[in-house]
Amino acid sequence: MAADISKLGLKTKWQDLTEGMVIAGAGTSREFMTGEWSSVKPEFIEEKCRQCLLCVPVCPDSCIPVKEMKRAEFDYDHCKGCGICVKACPFGAITMEGVN
Amino acid sequence: MAKRDRLSGNEAVAIALRQINPDVFPAFPITPSTEIPQYFASFAANGEVDTEFIPVESEHSSMSAAIGASAAGARALTATSSCGLAYMWEELYIAASNRLPLALALVNRALSGPININCDHSDSMGARDSGWIQVYAENNQEAYDNMVQAFRISEHPDVKLPIMVCQDGFITSHAVENIELLEDEEVKGFVGEYEPEHFLLNPACPMAVGPYSVSDYYLEAKRSQAEGMRHAERVVLEVAKGFEALSGRKYGLFEAYRLEDADRAVVMIGSAAGTTKDAIDELRKKGEKVGLLKIRLFRPFPADAVADALKNVKAVAVMDRAEGYTNHGGPLGADVMSALFRAGSNALAVNIIYGLGGRDVRVEDMEQVFADLKTMIEKQDAGETYRYMGIRE
Amino acid sequence: MAYNFKETMNKPERLAPGHRMCAGCGGTIAVRNVLRGLREGDKAVIGNATGCLEVSTFTYPYTSWEDSYIHNAFENAGATMSGVEGAYKALRRKGRLNETYKFITFGGDGGTYDIGFQSLSGAMERNHDMVYVCYDNGAYMNTGIQRSSATPMYADTTTTPVGAESNGKPQNRKDLAAIIAAHDVPYAAQTTFVQNFKDLHIKSEKAIYTPGAAFLNIMAPCPRGWRYHTPDIMEICRLGVETCYWPLFEVVEGKWILNYEPKSKKPIEDFLRPQGRFKHLFKKENEYLLEEFQKEVDRRWEELLFKCSR
Repeated sequence: MAADISKLGLKTKWQDLTEGMVIAGAGTSREFMTGEWSSVKPEFIEEKCRQCLLCVPVCPDSCIPVKEMKRAEFDYDHCKGCGICVKACPFGAITMEGVN
Repeated sequence: MAKRDRLSGNEAVAIALRQINPDVFPAFPITPSTEIPQYFASFAANGEVDTEFIPVESEHSSMSAAIGASAAGARALTATSSCGLAYMWEELYIAASNRLPLALALVNRALSGPININCDHSDSMGARDSGWIQVYAENNQEAYDNMVQAFRISEHPDVKLPIMVCQDGFITSHAVENIELLEDEEVKGFVGEYEPEHFLLNPACPMAVGPYSVSDYYLEAKRSQAEGMRHAERVVLEVAKGFEALSGRKYGLFEAYRLEDADRAVVMIGSAAGTTKDAIDELRKKGEKVGLLKIRLFRPFPADAVADALKNVKAVAVMDRAEGYTNHGGPLGADVMSALFRAGSNALAVNIIYGLGGRDVRVEDMEQVFADLKTMIEKQDAGETYRYMGIRE
Repeated sequence: MAYNFKETMNKPERLAPGHRMCAGCGGTIAVRNVLRGLREGDKAVIGNATGCLEVSTFTYPYTSWEDSYIHNAFENAGATMSGVEGAYKALRRKGRLNETYKFITFGGDGGTYDIGFQSLSGAMERNHDMVYVCYDNGAYMNTGIQRSSATPMYADTTTTPVGAESNGKPQNRKDLAAIIAAHDVPYAAQTTFVQNFKDLHIKSEKAIYTPGAAFLNIMAPCPRGWRYHTPDIMEICRLGVETCYWPLFEVVEGKWILNYEPKSKKPIEDFLRPQGRFKHLFKKENEYLLEEFQKEVDRRWEELLFKCSR
């Protein structure tokens, strides 16, 4: 469903911008990599994970994908390394430098 | 089949809106435009329209809701006057920059302060740079006809800009005149359905509207917006042509009244044009070559056509029913003068502020303006180029 | 409405990553979890007042929203959504739309408690079928942490700075949820990030699916403005509730219901201490300010208990 925003870069001519600056489509920010903001990232230790999913709702960046009731690896393209999920995990399955 | 009826300007516009049957009409009352939503509310209450009428809590909200409705894919409008327009100021810019077709039935009234409920053009003139198309009416018939044409202009794919349909507070909004109405079906057929390309309530594809734009985009966004305005002049004429075929009534960018051989001209907007025509008719009887250019389309400003229509005049008085506080004239003056300058005109030109806060404009006043123009030509000197008409001093 | 946590987490994400909210922002935690209150087949139009959320989630050409989205201006999110909802009604009536849409508007406390209050009040009073969600972080964070009428007493903000003659914001915060409830809307509630989001989820679902106007006030901490250790957001929220600073309640058709009562109410210091904006309250000479703060929390809590007992 996402619109093709590849032609709407910073060098785009006025003629090629979308009229009224509307974006037809959804979720185009996936193409903006906020993962670059931080070098410190949480680490997912799958063996310790009991798939309770308590880490899922606390992520401000929708970076813990869930499929068929199970969480997958972090979306490091977008994770900003806030560390909230580390605290949310009751089983020590998420670790991050600087967060106890 | 057209039918004649005795209607006030507000009634006439309200009837046009009933015939258009828009989708959403949010409104907040303010004199002298109040009757438009009031009449319309009774149409809605009686099932004569299936519009969602939203009696909001302020003008800022009426324009905000109209923007929401238009973005959602609905044909929307609101009505207001004076401080109501001032209160929706930021929203005017947002409607235009979002390229949202919308109509605003504006009944011109002086801005506060001091508070005054009568006609001048300070409200809409202040909004001249907001990116809205502005059309003005001289009388009730024109107010009705302009309203019928408004959505066709605003929604045109090459334009997609909001339109302000202006008439003079009380002078036309409340005065009753005999006018000719189109049949409901004729209006319906003429206006057609609104078919936006992208809209919020499009189940096939969501849309996001109202982004934050960094400097790398903003300048291009404004240029893209200006493109809509560049097409507006042509579209106004196209729509007027279609309207003429339907109604027999001819409209252009402006009306040139006895201007073709005139050596003196008045340029003005709105109801005072009627008075000016009477003055011209009187003076013409005496053999004086005087004429009028009555602006219908003020935004975009048809500068080339205006300059061309004035190319043979020796002296021109541009009449502004609004102050600009530039110390050299009002907004219409600025546009007409620059049009004349760019066309290389040698006409002597003055800019006269008149009629503020509903001050009467009499035939004698306009005869005096033409007399003053005559003196200017004789002396080959415009004298004071920034004047007030009928001021006590 | 039973709450199945895992099934709720399994729902498709309606706020895409790649937005530019700060790391650890409470605003988007609120948004993600409110949107999980939507049923999967239902479409939505999301509204947004100007603020952090808006400039960060729709920076041209990047939208983070999976649903249609409209930002208009700062003070008119309520009115803007009134128009969208009006369009929905009109288009449905005219047979030009068959799908079900829900309407959810987000605003920070600046756009909600303050500059957007009139527009919100109008939309609520007219009872449009919409939910207005305030993500309340208690200051104008987008412009750099200025006080709002949602800012708690004594908070150090950039327009109520602590100084030789100032203890921070002199006034109490406005009780907006109560004010909106007084509009006699069918549903108004206050919540935050506790109980594995059960309270927030149930209230979101109720707010979205109650016909007519609904209001949610969600305490959404801001790590920059509140100056706590970013990973501790859930603990901050828990303390807000356990100290009765931020009670969980709802007002359903005019009936006040307390959703949670701590077994033993914690002292307000527990909530204030981790936050840098209240650091000055912990100086020896300022003990009386803490007492004042506690008194205010107690007074409001007692008042709420009274309302809910009727």
